[in-house]
Amino acid sequence: MIELIGVTKSFGNNHVLRGVDLTVDRGTSLVIIGGSGTGKSITIKSVLGLVTPDAGKITVDGQDVTQTDRDAFLARFGMLFQGAALFDSLPVWQNVAFRLLRGSLKRPKDEARQIAIEKLRRVGLTPDVADRLPAELSGGMQKRVGLARAIAADPEIIFFDEPTTGLDPIMAGVINDLIREIVVEMGATAITITHDMTSVRAIADNVAMLHDGVIQWAGPVGDIDTSGDPYLDQFIHGRAIGPIEAVR
Amino acid sequence: MKLLAAIGRAFLGLLAAIGRIAIFAGQTLGHIVRGPFYLRELAISFLNIGWLSLPVVGLTSLFTGAALALQIYAGSARFSAEAVVPQIVAIGMVRELGPVLVGLMIAARVTSSIAAEIATMKVTEQIDALVTLSTHPMKYLTVPRVLAATIVVPLLVAVGDIIGIFGGYAVATGTLGFNPAAYIRNTLDFLELKDVVSSLAKGAMFGFIAALMGCYYGMNSGRGAQGVGSATKGSVEAAAVLILGANFVLTGVFFSI
Repeated sequence: MIELIGVTKSFGNNHVLRGVDLTVDRGTSLVIIGGSGTGKSITIKSVLGLVTPDAGKITVDGQDVTQTDRDAFLARFGMLFQGAALFDSLPVWQNVAFRLLRGSLKRPKDEARQIAIEKLRRVGLTPDVADRLPAELSGGMQKRVGLARAIAADPEIIFFDEPTTGLDPIMAGVINDLIREIVVEMGATAITITHDMTSVRAIADNVAMLHDGVIQWAGPVGDIDTSGDPYLDQFIHGRAIGPIEAVR
Repeated sequence: MKLLAAIGRAFLGLLAAIGRIAIFAGQTLGHIVRGPFYLRELAISFLNIGWLSLPVVGLTSLFTGAALALQIYAGSARFSAEAVVPQIVAIGMVRELGPVLVGLMIAARVTSSIAAEIATMKVTEQIDALVTLSTHPMKYLTVPRVLAATIVVPLLVAVGDIIGIFGGYAVATGTLGFNPAAYIRNTLDFLELKDVVSSLAKGAMFGFIAALMGCYYGMNSGRGAQGVGSATKGSVEAAAVLILGANFVLTGVFFSI
């Protein structure tokens, strides 16, 4: 279980998180929605230790994330970045098997390559992609390689940062289905950040809406259409008129 | 009063920047002596910084040595001392021009490349990705580059010294009428071990500075294309200034009487 209690983070005078309280149960898929610049990425980066909160507490399975062995802690996570964040200088298979080629999860090179090819196949890419460089792939293929890298070491917890941004609707649907399948198949705990309501309905067990630095609404995905929350209603229907200012 | 405040702010900013760079250098040295080590990245850095810099270092040194011979010949002819050309070319190249020019060429070629590469990695979240993959960015990106530059730039300086002296030799024996055997003998007789040691020590220091500045500015770059551009520009400026400053200090250390 992942728990955030009163997490705050400011950058100068910009108070991005003003006290985020959030719980993600083990084996469930939470989608965080909210407008641009509301701190969704900062929230998951805080869990991973990529950003240090100013105040509050973050625990994973009851253990404070600042008190854990860093390598062992990070070995439990996989993350798909918004732009895939593939390493340009490495071929695709070495990107996927990055964690398996070094550190505590190191495997023999041939075995790591086989795992990488298997994971690439899992996300719908053929083995001939393995030896290509990331720059030779389309945006959708890069996202899939990023997804393969996120699941390469069979993590317990996976974060997806805007997994369908910049993709055409068909490719976005493919990625959504893959995420859902992988999360169910692996029994992983997942947090996804997205603006895309189609993705929300495809991926989420639960939804949390971040607005003005706090969780404005949280609940099961089946309740979002009947929540009665004016902020959530405005967001999911994409209305310009409502309590959320269109010009921020 | 406003002017004084502005000067004070600039001075404090400078001190803060020096402090940040010193901490970064200390952290880098700390990671150099503690594993894990990424040998593949180290080998790639040797190739990029050393082998691929040879053409530009060779050409720069060749032309500088040749021009130096012409200048010394023209200057020394004013008081009939043309015979000093081999000695002055040798001492000029080995003590000063060789290490400084190689250092500046490395700053232009390598520092800029490192800063732009790492800054782009930061902007595209590749540095964050490294962290999530349990890989320390300083160990993976900074240590191999700084270590390789510190080891390989002295070798480049040695090559540059030799090619520069050859440039002077080619001009002196080809167009100024010097005897080839006498030129080489005078060069070798005049150079001391301390000259060579100082040249290599400067190379090591300049290599360390050049790679460190590239990594520091890359890791601390701002967002977007402008951030990458600023990091690249700042890294080259800082490396060039620090190399020239370090050259003055090291020359004082080795040759002050």
